[in-house]
Amino acid sequence: MLKIENLHATVADKPILKGLSLSINAGEVHAIMGPNGAGKSTLSYVLGGRPGYEVTEGSVTFMGQDLLALEPHERAAAGLFLGFQYPVEIPGVSFVQFMRESANAQRKGRGEPPLSGGDFLKLAREKAALLKMDMEMLKRPVNVGFSGGEKKRAEMVQMGILNPSLAVLDETDSGLDIDALRVVGEGINATMRANDKAVLLITHYQRLLDYVQPDFVHVLAGGRIVRTGGPELAHELEEHGYEAVA
Amino acid sequence: MTALALPTRKDEDFRYADLAALERVWPVAIETIALAEGEQRALSMVNLGVRELVIVLAPGASLDLHVLNAGPDYGRLALRAELGTGSRFNFGAAQLAGSGQVLEVVTEVQHLGPDAVSQQTVRSVAGGGSSVNYLGKVHVAKGADGTDGSQSVRAMLLDRQSAANAKPELEIHADDVKCAHGCAVGELDKQALFYLAQRGLPPEAAKKLMLQAFVAEAFVGAADEEALQAQALAALEALL
Ligand SMILES: Nc1ncnc2c1ncn2[C@@H]1O[C@H](COP(=O)(O)OP(=O)(O)O)[C@@H](O)[C@H]1O
Ligand SMILES: [Mg+2]
Repeated sequence: MLKIENLHATVADKPILKGLSLSINAGEVHAIMGPNGAGKSTLSYVLGGRPGYEVTEGSVTFMGQDLLALEPHERAAAGLFLGFQYPVEIPGVSFVQFMRESANAQRKGRGEPPLSGGDFLKLAREKAALLKMDMEMLKRPVNVGFSGGEKKRAEMVQMGILNPSLAVLDETDSGLDIDALRVVGEGINATMRANDKAVLLITHYQRLLDYVQPDFVHVLAGGRIVRTGGPELAHELEEHGYEAVA
Repeated sequence: MTALALPTRKDEDFRYADLAALERVWPVAIETIALAEGEQRALSMVNLGVRELVIVLAPGASLDLHVLNAGPDYGRLALRAELGTGSRFNFGAAQLAGSGQVLEVVTEVQHLGPDAVSQQTVRSVAGGGSSVNYLGKVHVAKGADGTDGSQSVRAMLLDRQSAANAKPELEIHADDVKCAHGCAVGELDKQALFYLAQRGLPPEAAKKLMLQAFVAEAFVGAADEEALQAQALAALEALL
């Protein structure tokens, strides 16, 4: 599904990713862990195509396509979803309107007919319920006045509505209390655990991985994957820290 | 405000005007809107051309005036509002300028008696090398205590060739006065644009969504809010 080869990327002319390679097959959940500043968020932004994040070497293939040749909105329509570490507040734009237009823009990009207002609301209601999010909140402006945890849950509602093939979730667990963590974990499983889908979880903590069990765990340090293992690697990291393990 | 000779750049109220366009319609007739004591009225104006209003609010009168200024050519609304005791003037204007256009709002709000409230909300968008202007004076006369006069002025520039000029001014001759004013010129938030794109919105749809929300702030409380929004949306689509 996703094949990253020897990826080098700079931000403001500063090299951040320095030869990162990673392959993810459909049906798999991968976790990336690593110290602050290692380049984890940079990786997610490079995959999403954020302006200012420049690829200087390497390639990324997503479901058979050259991902890096696509515009950000085309990557979304192709099935890529980023859960943001810091979801952006957009004053004045209602969550419902934003999501409906986004879903329909994606459908248009794929040559599918748009969702009617009624069908969209039904879908939104269903996904909000899955994440135990009050539908009233989704009538408010996008992320404005949401707590940290509500923002992360709202990201997962968006993921549910957009139904991507690959979700890259950047510290979706930070800012969540224990109950919210379970709800989010179950939401990820319900939406993304399927043979034709995959998840890349960026996290600092073992606790999310208790709910969403990874098939592979990678350590990202200094802009590269320095170690790869199974779920036990996450426990090892939790116990001994990055320096000892990587 | 009336001058039969064509104004020049030296006239403060015309310093950013499109004088060539102005010459074609000069002189401009003054329109008077007078509200009697306690009268309430809501007015909307769309694509006005060059207009000059004198608004007179008797004690306790209340006027909601909403304006969408989007062209097609030079658009200028100049108004002077005289507020009597306890009257209320709510003014919201959106200016959407493209391709070399000049759009402007010039206001002078005079609080002549105590306890009057004026609120001005101006939201401007400029693309295609256009310019959008706001020149706004709030004048509080001697004895007009309890005045509440606010100005909220924001402009969004869509490119480097476009410009926004904003000049809010206060002239206060009374004590016990509340006059808030905020003024900002900016660009669309790049982080928000990327966030919207990541969800699947093409760049123009993302910009349109954000600008629509920005402009809507000028129409809050308008009787025909939805109609104004729809017309603003059409104008925005033409801009992007
Ligand atoms: N906009 C930016 N300008 C300059 N440096 C940046 C920018 N964004 C991130 N960086 C730098 O890139 C490095 C990696 O950051 P990031 O990908 O956010 O790390 P992580 O998510 O692993 O904590 C850090 O050293 C950070 O300071
Ligand atoms: Mg990060």
